[in-house]
Amino acid sequence: MAASKPKDERFDRRPWLLLSPALASVLLLLVIPTVFIVVYSFWLRTAVGSEQVGFYLDNWQEVLTDGFYHDILFQTLRIAALSTLVCALVGYIPAYFIAYTSTRHKALLLLLLMLPFWVSYIIRTMSWINILGVSGAVNSTLMALGIISEPIQMLYNEATVILGLVHFLLPFMILNIYVSLDGIDRSLTDAARSLGCTGWQAFREVTLPLSVPGLAAGGLLCFVLGAGTYITPMVLGGPRNAMFANLVYEAIVTQLNWPLGSALSLLLLALLGTLVMVYSRFLGIDQIAKSFR
Amino acid sequence: MSLAWNAIRLGTILVYIFMFAPVAVVMLLAFNANQFGSFPLEGLSLRWFVALIENDAIVRAFQTSIVLGLLTSVISTTMGVLAALAMVRYDFPGKRLISTALIAPILVPEVVLAVALLLFLRALDVPRSFFLLLMGHVIFTLPFVVLVVQARLVGIRREYEEAAMSLGANAFETFRHVTLPLMLPAVMAGMLFSFTMSFDDITGTLFWKPGGVETVPTQIFAMLRNSISPEINALGTVMVVFTVALPLLGAALARRVAAHLSGAR
Repeated sequence: MAASKPKDERFDRRPWLLLSPALASVLLLLVIPTVFIVVYSFWLRTAVGSEQVGFYLDNWQEVLTDGFYHDILFQTLRIAALSTLVCALVGYIPAYFIAYTSTRHKALLLLLLMLPFWVSYIIRTMSWINILGVSGAVNSTLMALGIISEPIQMLYNEATVILGLVHFLLPFMILNIYVSLDGIDRSLTDAARSLGCTGWQAFREVTLPLSVPGLAAGGLLCFVLGAGTYITPMVLGGPRNAMFANLVYEAIVTQLNWPLGSALSLLLLALLGTLVMVYSRFLGIDQIAKSFR
Repeated sequence: MSLAWNAIRLGTILVYIFMFAPVAVVMLLAFNANQFGSFPLEGLSLRWFVALIENDAIVRAFQTSIVLGLLTSVISTTMGVLAALAMVRYDFPGKRLISTALIAPILVPEVVLAVALLLFLRALDVPRSFFLLLMGHVIFTLPFVVLVVQARLVGIRREYEEAAMSLGANAFETFRHVTLPLMLPAVMAGMLFSFTMSFDDITGTLFWKPGGVETVPTQIFAMLRNSISPEINALGTVMVVFTVALPLLGAALARRVAAHLSGAR
């Protein structure tokens, strides 16, 4: 490892040797399985519960034409989009504060920002039951104050699903916006101010446009993670708040209809994958990797 | 300080409260003596933690999660460190494509990854098993290890190694006294990251786990089906301590070990 690079143009095997275990894993555990479910989605599940090998379009026809799937797909995109929007609006404030503050608490604020990543998603999601549930903090407080006499059911609707998702996704958004704000040359805003801009104008004309890559990276992460979840709707949503990944879970784990489950997950992959590809075409996937530095 | 800046500061405080208050409430209620484990608080008690230890299912879930997390972190970090070394130290054709391939498991939604892996291994006659669970955890933690380790390896300059060699150290001595101490924080970071991700995962785990086997997150999920009980809050608290305090402790330890190794010359 300590040897220097060969000077000649001879093929160097060493990086490929180092990469081979990781690349083999990605190939065997991700690429080939994904190709496999593409094939699988054209098979049929028979009435006796086995699979009929062949080329049938039935699963795809069902997934693409059934109004039930359209409704849930639309609901999923709406919930993910709203959660992303709230994350962007709410997350910009602390990101801006951490980037521009001169207090010695900056390092602490950044460390605290990383903490939610270490706390399990299921705990962060279920914690809201303690806050909003019938015997939760809000109801107990309101009853103790005599404002209400009976507890109110605040959980199990679309708003609490979005709340849970925002709580889960917010750190991703803040971190990405912060990384991009932190990289802005401060003399640019100073220049804008000295040319007569108000603070707000300097923000709108200089800082905000320059932070768009961070907003976009955070937005992509929030949307893709949000649209692919089934845990939040199961814990914080009601029966009518199912998202697309819940259908996949139902088909695979409950109904054991694996060909249909394959088609459903491929549709989800196609939608979110297109989004990722459009993003990486225009902005480059490197922006997301920046938050790890 | 301007009015606007004060508003931003207040907003920041509110957002941090939003991020941490619910988890703080979980931890607070875990110590609640009230028999329903809900508000109002009626004094402190450790009874819910005692209940955890006496619950065999929970103890088993803990054992499963720890073994799974340790194995995942060893396998995933070994592969991730090797790959990160290749990416940081060498230039080769197709590097951009390889870089995308390495982070591909993050770009695919975890549900899709879970379904694909489950159905593919099932077709190869590998049923839902601990092995499937382990493979799943390795593949979804791998990209994060590569990213985290790569970010830290960039800071290690070749000049240090070249200086050691020019001063007469052989390849092994150079690795032992220069490269290893410099790399150790990156390796530790990769291991902690993958352990925590594996320990916390639920999305893929619910697909991959064999019947009757639970990890701590799936155990919590199963218990939520009934109703929220103080035991869940206690379990959540233990888990938070496990995945938050441990990395912080580990990071501090890694720094000391690294300092010791590089000071041992």
